[in-house]
Amino acid sequence: MLVIPCPYCGPRPELEFRYGGEAHIARPEDPSTLDDEAWGAFLYLRSNPKGLHAERWRHIHGCARYFNVVRDTISDTILASYKVGEAKPDMDALARILAGGPRAAAGEEKSK
Amino acid sequence: MSGAYRLPSGGRINRQKPISFTFDGKKYQGFEGDTLASALIANGVLLAGRSFKYHRPRGILSAGADEPNALVGVGRDQAHYTPNVRMTMQELYDGLVAESQNRWPSLMFDVGAINDMLSPFFPAGFYYKTFMWPRKAWDAFYEPKIRSMAGLGKAPTEADADRYSQRYAHCDVLVIGGGPAGLAAALAAAESGARVMLADDQPEFGGSLLAETEATIDGKSAIDWVAEMVAALKARANVTLLSRTQAFGYYPHNSIGLSERLTDHLANPPAHLPRERFWTVHAGEVVIAAGSLERPMVFPENDRPGVMLADSARIYVNRYGVKPGKRAVVFTAHDGAYRAALDLKKAGIEIAAIADLRHHPEGPLVEAAKAAGIDVLPGTSVTGTAGRLRVKSATLARIGADGSAMDERQVECDLVLMSGGITPSVHLFSQSKGKLRFDEHLKAYVPGRPAERERSAGACRGLYALSAVIADGFAQGEGAAKSAGFGGVTARTFAVAGTLESDPGSFLGAAPHGRDASRVKAFVDFQNDVTAKDIRLATREGFRSIEHVKRYTTTGMATDQGKTSNMNALGIVSEALERDIPEIGLTTFRPPYTPVSFGAFAGASRGDLFDPVRTTPIHGWAAEQGAAFEDVGIWKRAHYFPKAGEDMHAAVERECKAVRDSVGIFDASTLGKIEVVGKDAATFMNRIYTNAWTKLEPGRLRYGVMLREDGFVMDDGVVGRMADDRFHVTTTTGGAPRVLAHMEDYLQTEWADLEVWLTSTTEEWAVIAVQGPNARKVIEPLVEGIDLSPEAMPHMSVAVGKICGVPTRLFRVSFTGELGFEINVPADYGRAVWEAVFAAGKAYDITPYGTETMHVLRAEKGYIIVGQETDGTAVPDDVGLGWAVGKAKKDFVGKRSIVRDEFQKPDRKQMVGLLTDVPAEVLEEGAQIVADPKQPAPMTVLGQVTSSYMSSVLGHSIALAMVKGGRARLGETLYVPMPGRAIPVKVVEPIFFDKEGVRLNG
Ligand SMILES: [Zn+2]
Repeated sequence: MLVIPCPYCGPRPELEFRYGGEAHIARPEDPSTLDDEAWGAFLYLRSNPKGLHAERWRHIHGCARYFNVVRDTISDTILASYKVGEAKPDMDALARILAGGPRAAAGEEKSK
Repeated sequence: MSGAYRLPSGGRINRQKPISFTFDGKKYQGFEGDTLASALIANGVLLAGRSFKYHRPRGILSAGADEPNALVGVGRDQAHYTPNVRMTMQELYDGLVAESQNRWPSLMFDVGAINDMLSPFFPAGFYYKTFMWPRKAWDAFYEPKIRSMAGLGKAPTEADADRYSQRYAHCDVLVIGGGPAGLAAALAAAESGARVMLADDQPEFGGSLLAETEATIDGKSAIDWVAEMVAALKARANVTLLSRTQAFGYYPHNSIGLSERLTDHLANPPAHLPRERFWTVHAGEVVIAAGSLERPMVFPENDRPGVMLADSARIYVNRYGVKPGKRAVVFTAHDGAYRAALDLKKAGIEIAAIADLRHHPEGPLVEAAKAAGIDVLPGTSVTGTAGRLRVKSATLARIGADGSAMDERQVECDLVLMSGGITPSVHLFSQSKGKLRFDEHLKAYVPGRPAERERSAGACRGLYALSAVIADGFAQGEGAAKSAGFGGVTARTFAVAGTLESDPGSFLGAAPHGRDASRVKAFVDFQNDVTAKDIRLATREGFRSIEHVKRYTTTGMATDQGKTSNMNALGIVSEALERDIPEIGLTTFRPPYTPVSFGAFAGASRGDLFDPVRTTPIHGWAAEQGAAFEDVGIWKRAHYFPKAGEDMHAAVERECKAVRDSVGIFDASTLGKIEVVGKDAATFMNRIYTNAWTKLEPGRLRYGVMLREDGFVMDDGVVGRMADDRFHVTTTTGGAPRVLAHMEDYLQTEWADLEVWLTSTTEEWAVIAVQGPNARKVIEPLVEGIDLSPEAMPHMSVAVGKICGVPTRLFRVSFTGELGFEINVPADYGRAVWEAVFAAGKAYDITPYGTETMHVLRAEKGYIIVGQETDGTAVPDDVGLGWAVGKAKKDFVGKRSIVRDEFQKPDRKQMVGLLTDVPAEVLEEGAQIVADPKQPAPMTVLGQVTSSYMSSVLGHSIALAMVKGGRARLGETLYVPMPGRAIPVKVVEPIFFDKEGVRLNG
């Protein structure tokens, strides 16, 4: 079971959360200006990476807030957790921390 | 005396405590401390089961969790019965009842053994080859036949009477395995002050040291050292010791699954104890000290009872004080077997010879064996065994440099001990996604780079010498504590003496035997009956990946997950394909390491506690009236209210008539309710719903439609504007959590600037629907402060006041097409108000009705139910809700999607009504609709029936359907094909009753 660091409540077990899909997919300001292809891309196209993934979680059985997490989809290591509206972290820097092994990654998680 | 094969002294058994047990109906004696396996061996019983496919007699092969053969059913009755229990793990208790499996009529004489002679017809992949045709015969014939002939234990026929518990725990350092490395690791970590948990699958800690009789540690016997270590750990408040506890799964973020067995060893378990406790441990750091497994040798007839792993035989002698046989042949490529031979000889078992595949075995253990007078035969293989239900002799042959066999001779024996080397237990490490590395010398995989905060210690990372194992355990324990933020461990060394150090040595694959390979069975996977020949055949048939070979031959896929077989299978594939082992890879290790009861996973989630049940405040009243209930999501809803002698059809007919003619009362409390409040509430509603809300005045209701961003209808419900900044939103039954999550998602992540608060109020309000021409007359005397006249309170309005003295939000709304009210009152007053309304309605013969009548009434009016008419691919216009889409609104969730050309096409499925020619013919919901019933199959399908009922008011069945281009087909005749006939149906408008809506406005 994952231990997910909620930026409002701290580390809590996965059971308390619900997954919310890829993060940083902003709804277009004015959808009517998008052609069908661009709108389809907004609706359906996701990056689905093997590696670091910025994704949304909701602490549904806790504070009920949505927030963002950066998770390695290979090892499930969580490298960052931040509030909605905050900038996406430097993914290359997180990848370097991940390469340092699970303990380095855990250190980063704690300092967040 | 407990059996002729019991040694006069020694072992960890309690000779003062004799124990009676039954195996296959026969009574035996053992001692406290025995396993079922050791107690049977003490009685000279080695024949333990019949094999999976060929029904070959099989004996006890090992002394631990890796046992593939000796599986039994254990339990005094079917409510306490467990199949496939490994005899080697079942502790003996007084009155234990065990039975062998997969044999008929008896273990000694098994009719299914005919499969062994038919074995040329069961080659590798025989499932795929033999039973392909005809397809239908698979379900009807082949599968049941195979299931009855091949198989393991039988599932019990009664529900499990035992209780299982679940527990979460946190610790700084979790040590898995309580052998020499694990004990030392736990001690080091404990001294740092870290919270330590130590789990071991055996009833007592010590691991391999429980069978160690020679070595001393710090001048003490191994067993005394273990006792001291355990006492030191027990004395510490920061240590939790869990014996009989298998760490079976390594999950992400250092979550470890443990299964603790609390009562399986007890004759009379105390009632307060659960049978098993399922632990989920979140560990800061993990030390895996899981030890190693011994590898069998693959040689012809290596599955005969009496063939046993060498170190397991040593464990039986040293730990349990039993002799597995009288005269043994040892077959090895590994020094460890010499240690076993020496210990067995000391216990009085004659060692006929040690056949060593190595041409030049050397070292202190080999010398010791020779000095003890044991006949050591280098470059020698066991090429076969003889005997019916037990080994009587082994055939030995010298192996030439080219692999040929020479100088064959038979040696009488009742025991063949084998050892191909050690396989470190990397299962948990691999489950944690750590990378494995192949060690050429050990010919085994060892842990490489870890993926979790974890480290391996001792034999499970390839260390062999006891001194190295203990030192490594202590170092890794200290390292783990340090990584978890604890330090200050005093350095410590452990002086190990009295044991002969040796080269582990190893052999992988099938041993050379010089016999016709197509005629002999040399088993690799004992539990799934896979031979070396099967694996070679798979490679000849083109399988290259070990993952494919595994699935094709089923090697490693039994309940033991290939603990003893995977490495040998790899060796054979490697040899057949002439490729190195690392190139062939390794099959994936998956949890659980050993089987875990379903009961442990389920825990308390059984029976009444399996799923929560939601009931309304009026539930009790409905139950007292004898209502039939139906499940809607997790709600219990009154389905209909039968009177004496009525079936559902009769009750629903009566209820419908009552609503249309006078008045009915319906519990609508399950409707989802959300309070939307704030300065920007109307703006928020405009964006979330298709409808326009800005101009809706306080005191008015509106039917709202909600889409997903992809344009498909997600939910609907009536919304009341209570004030400029306050909406009372209702959703479908069971839809509220989904709708609230949808709203919160947009509010929190897209429109954080809006001042809006959302509150779930589903359980705050009881909702009493009073529907029918007399509805107003019934409630009028009970209501205070609200003018109910049609002018003051027209259809689709809401007012706040009191009913029976209780505050109410009174909706004038109808889901029946009749004059109707929905009385919202605080839930605690729900039943009282309901009963008051019911009493007031007596004069009008008020009739309680259930969900079935509600469905019929709404279908007569063509009102949709989201999830019944819609299926996640319908846009509003498809179901006739185009009118509810605010045309002037620039944007709302789903708007950009529904304007796509695709959704404007005239041939989309559209909601229509269907009428059958025969009034009494009720179509089946879900039935397909076609234009030409005579066309050949597969037919061109135009759509499907979504709702279908008998309408007693109309005297005719009615149906709603989604039909391609449906609105342009009004008046056409289509067909609903059913078995043996096609039902003609006329396409009509989806509204059958009071098309003008006169009654609604009454
Ligand atoms: Zn939270």
